[in-house]
Amino acid sequence: MGSFPLLSLTTFLPLAGAVLIVLIVRGDEEIVARNARYAALWTSLGTFALSLIIWLNFDPSTAGFQMVEKREWLPAFDISYHLGVDGISMLFVLLSTFLTPICVLASWKAITSKVKEYMIAFLVLETMMIGTFAALDFVLFYVFFEAVLIPMFIIIGVWGGPRRVYSAFKFFLYTLAGSVLLLAALLVLYLQAGTTDIPTLMTLNLPVNLQKWLWLAFLASFAVKMPMWPVHTWLPDAHVEAPTAGSVILAGVLLKMGGYGFLRFSLPMLPLASEAFAPLIFTLSVVAIIYTSLVALAQEDMKKLIAYSSVAHMGFVTLGIFTVTQQGLQGAMFQMLSHGLISAALFLCVGVVYDRVHSREISDYGGVVERMPRYAFVFMIFMLGSVGLPGTSGFVGEFLVLVGAFQVHTGVAFLATTGIILGAAYMLFLYRRVIFGKLEKEKLKVLLDLEPREIAIFAPLVALVIWMGIQPQPVLGVFEVAVQNIVENYQSALAAADTLSVATR
Amino acid sequence: MHVLAVFLPLVGCLIAAAMGKRMGDRGAQLATVVPMLASAVLGCVLFYDVAILGNERTIELFTWIDSGALQASWALRFDTLTAVMVFVVTVVSSMVHVYSVGYMSHDPGVPRFMAFLSLFTFFMLMLVSADNFLQMFFGWEGVGVSSYLLIGFWFDRDSANAAAIKAFVVNRIGDFGFVLGIFGVFFAFGTLDFDPVFEATPSLAGESFSFLGFQVDILTTLAILLFIGAMGKSAQLGLHTWLPDAMEGPTPVSALIHAATMVTAGVFMVARLSPMFEYAPIALTLVVIVGASTAFFAATVGLAQTDIKRVIAYSTCSQLGYMFFALGVSAYQAAIFHLMTHAFFKALLFLGAGSVIHGMHDEQDMRKMGGLFSKMRVTAALMWIGSLALAGVPFFAGFYSKDIILESAFAAHTGAGLFAFWAGIAAALMTAFYSWRLLFMTFHGPTRADAHTYEGAHESPPVMIAPLVVLALGAIFSGYLAVDLFVGDGMEAFWRESILVLPENASIEAAHHGLPSWVKAAPIVVGLAGILLAWIMYMLMPGLPGALVARVRGVYQFVFNKWYFDELYERLFVRPAFVIGRGLWKSGDGSLIDGVGPDGIAAAAKHLAGRAGRLQSGYLYHYAFAMLIGVAALVSWYLFVQLG
Repeated sequence: MGSFPLLSLTTFLPLAGAVLIVLIVRGDEEIVARNARYAALWTSLGTFALSLIIWLNFDPSTAGFQMVEKREWLPAFDISYHLGVDGISMLFVLLSTFLTPICVLASWKAITSKVKEYMIAFLVLETMMIGTFAALDFVLFYVFFEAVLIPMFIIIGVWGGPRRVYSAFKFFLYTLAGSVLLLAALLVLYLQAGTTDIPTLMTLNLPVNLQKWLWLAFLASFAVKMPMWPVHTWLPDAHVEAPTAGSVILAGVLLKMGGYGFLRFSLPMLPLASEAFAPLIFTLSVVAIIYTSLVALAQEDMKKLIAYSSVAHMGFVTLGIFTVTQQGLQGAMFQMLSHGLISAALFLCVGVVYDRVHSREISDYGGVVERMPRYAFVFMIFMLGSVGLPGTSGFVGEFLVLVGAFQVHTGVAFLATTGIILGAAYMLFLYRRVIFGKLEKEKLKVLLDLEPREIAIFAPLVALVIWMGIQPQPVLGVFEVAVQNIVENYQSALAAADTLSVATR
Repeated sequence: MHVLAVFLPLVGCLIAAAMGKRMGDRGAQLATVVPMLASAVLGCVLFYDVAILGNERTIELFTWIDSGALQASWALRFDTLTAVMVFVVTVVSSMVHVYSVGYMSHDPGVPRFMAFLSLFTFFMLMLVSADNFLQMFFGWEGVGVSSYLLIGFWFDRDSANAAAIKAFVVNRIGDFGFVLGIFGVFFAFGTLDFDPVFEATPSLAGESFSFLGFQVDILTTLAILLFIGAMGKSAQLGLHTWLPDAMEGPTPVSALIHAATMVTAGVFMVARLSPMFEYAPIALTLVVIVGASTAFFAATVGLAQTDIKRVIAYSTCSQLGYMFFALGVSAYQAAIFHLMTHAFFKALLFLGAGSVIHGMHDEQDMRKMGGLFSKMRVTAALMWIGSLALAGVPFFAGFYSKDIILESAFAAHTGAGLFAFWAGIAAALMTAFYSWRLLFMTFHGPTRADAHTYEGAHESPPVMIAPLVVLALGAIFSGYLAVDLFVGDGMEAFWRESILVLPENASIEAAHHGLPSWVKAAPIVVGLAGILLAWIMYMLMPGLPGALVARVRGVYQFVFNKWYFDELYERLFVRPAFVIGRGLWKSGDGSLIDGVGPDGIAAAAKHLAGRAGRLQSGYLYHYAFAMLIGVAALVSWYLFVQLG
């Protein structure tokens, strides 16, 4: 398998599919739309199949990078085309390839204009997402990381709701502001190390002060992506205006890039700064959890409510990462994957009723269960997952993060745990107002329950959420060693710095 | 066999849920009732095998979470404590299943209801057979969700939905303490499995750690945090407000979940963790005070309620208080004993009330009942049995368990114990009073129902009566049969290692030796007095209650409105949370972050761009001037920075 470019193939297959659609799909509008849909579906399914091969060939017992591919790109600057996955990134690749076909299916009927372009945008987006997680060269990473914005910007801006332009720009500007600083940090790292090779950069020992500046520059970018409080306000707007599938990818994958960035860059490359700034992260995380949960309680728009809940859930992720404990980090990883499924599914749930009623206002609903019992069941599972019920994937991540946090600082754990109360409150309140109650509104009395296509979308998600809740070990095991490695390197870096400061005293 | 007993209800639930539509109501009933009955038979066999014969074992299923030092498995632990709980849960649950076949027969949601009932039973069994804190929490949350689903079963009623959410959220407040306790246990012990934790507990006695900036005793803190969880689930004072509202659910639910099993999970938890609580005396004292206060408080509220189910609900709350103060004085065995007898007679009372409601076509207000004895003799007789057991009349089940609790509290010879004793005596008086108030208002005297309803009132079908008879047998005999094993001479051999009591705390032992005889007599005397009082006020002189209420209107209002807890919480927590949420959203996110951030910058950029636009005037001298200033600035910067 060594010479077979599996990762490249997985990364660029969607792009090839997109090119194919551009070149081949012609004819009158009806046929174009139909062919574009099928082309996108088969391409994304093929990509998913390839990514499953990656999982099968992945060896979780080592922390190193696997399935590595390295070609010269800009040899003069020692910049290379370098791909590879480890325990941290592998499942994110899988998450991306898993959600894309679901998105294509979810858009099957909802998108009726410019279908061809829409599908192309999604396939390009998929390539960029996979590339971000598989890149092992900082420049390459940066290219993918930023290029993700373009199709997403277009998806929101073209197929979005009435305020799509405002939202798209807000999204773009926010993330771009962070990117500029990330680029600056990238340049500084390059000047220091003479290379942009990520595995090499991880072994770099930078002076504390420089680490701090770089760390803050990274933070600017990753915090926006995450999003962390207080740079989260682009998220609710972007979600509200984005088409359903756009929200799914946004919540499911794009939000994880920030967390991935912290795990890939901030912690291994800048351990001293990470330790110094951990209290800042803790504070922001706790504020995010409590603040956005309270805000979620007051929402009147379903998508906004779920968007705010995402910010709260991502608060657990940042909290877990910077505890730098085995449980905290594994919990954060798990929480990201689980949230990728659950929030994606919740947005799909909103999409289902939006397609039928064309409203996201919570007050336009009530008593939906009477017409749509299957839908109510599916929604219930994801609602409980979001609440963090044991037995769903949502519990495992949150629990491990909080266990990790308690070991580092009881007060932080105490405050963060209030999130489980508030989380229950806003989700149950949402569910009650949409699903339960008397069926009185005329529009709702003709609702049809889930159709086979929608069942096909939800069935794998339901199965995964429950399976990961009861038997999380196959997933936790993938990144166990990688996380262990991060923790050990981090601690030895801190210890080395300690002895150094003692020696120079 | 052990695995089957626990998982059969889940099988029933899945079949009913997946195929309920195709099988029809009858099929769903069969699919759940049969596995449940089988599970109950296994539960009885297991009780004999584990508790009597002493074949304890732990069955490991598979790993759940494994992260660094934190490891937790799915496992079934069967010792005496678990066996007692499994016995109680499966027997009561199977009776409620059978009863529901009749009670819910006209409901459009039969398969859903039966599936939820079985699901609940499964979670409850997972809870009581847990071998580690994490699985206990799984069952704990699982029963919470089932309870939420069943309270809100009639989802088109707003009050039911509100009650369901309230139940879940208030329970979550308790869970907040519970999970913090779990984090703390892992922090202190490095494991979440019961046995290693219990073994290491004595070595941690007196150790302290930093919690929220305070230096506090580890075991005390952990025990109190875990107890907060128990308070939520078992509706103890402060976190009790969800239980009366939970009566919005169908009556079988109230009987099973909100009387016999789920609400006793907190009692079970403290008993299970007795090896920890024993080394945390301050926490034990807290348990006594909370329990005793709840027993007293809930009994006062029960005096004034007019809804037949709410009276029984407050009675449950009060009886749970008894169990807690028993735990607090280290009479864990007595608490579990009362848990068992209470499960029988309270389930009986609830289902009996359900039978009345069913016969009266969904009337729950006791003021519109009366004289029903002639209409439903069997139900009335069964309700009498339940009440006799509840009031602790000699030789009924409640007599044995309540007695030993009160005696242990007295024999503990602590301030808190004495407080609990007197609160318990007062509550016993009120218990007897409101129980007979209920009986008299419902079954005796002239009827206050309108003629049509009264004419239509009828006895329930056999499928509902039969389970009541089984429960009534329990309410009569379970005390007499079990007293020796649970709290008597057979105690040591029966409980073995499953409950730990330090020698200096052995209050049950103390209660067996040399108590003043008035202590033994007091519960019976006040019980009979309460019955007599109720007879005088509701049979002999029916005008008396009204006159009395008019005299003490303030007190009555206070009690009738449940001490205004709901109103207080609404003002203190619920409304502020929404107001703050809205405030943070509109002003925090809207004005502050967006206003200063993106929108502000956008506005500023627009403004600047406008200015810049004006600069491009096209006049050559403007540009020349700007260049000159630029050059001057650059030169001065160079001079200052590079040379200076």
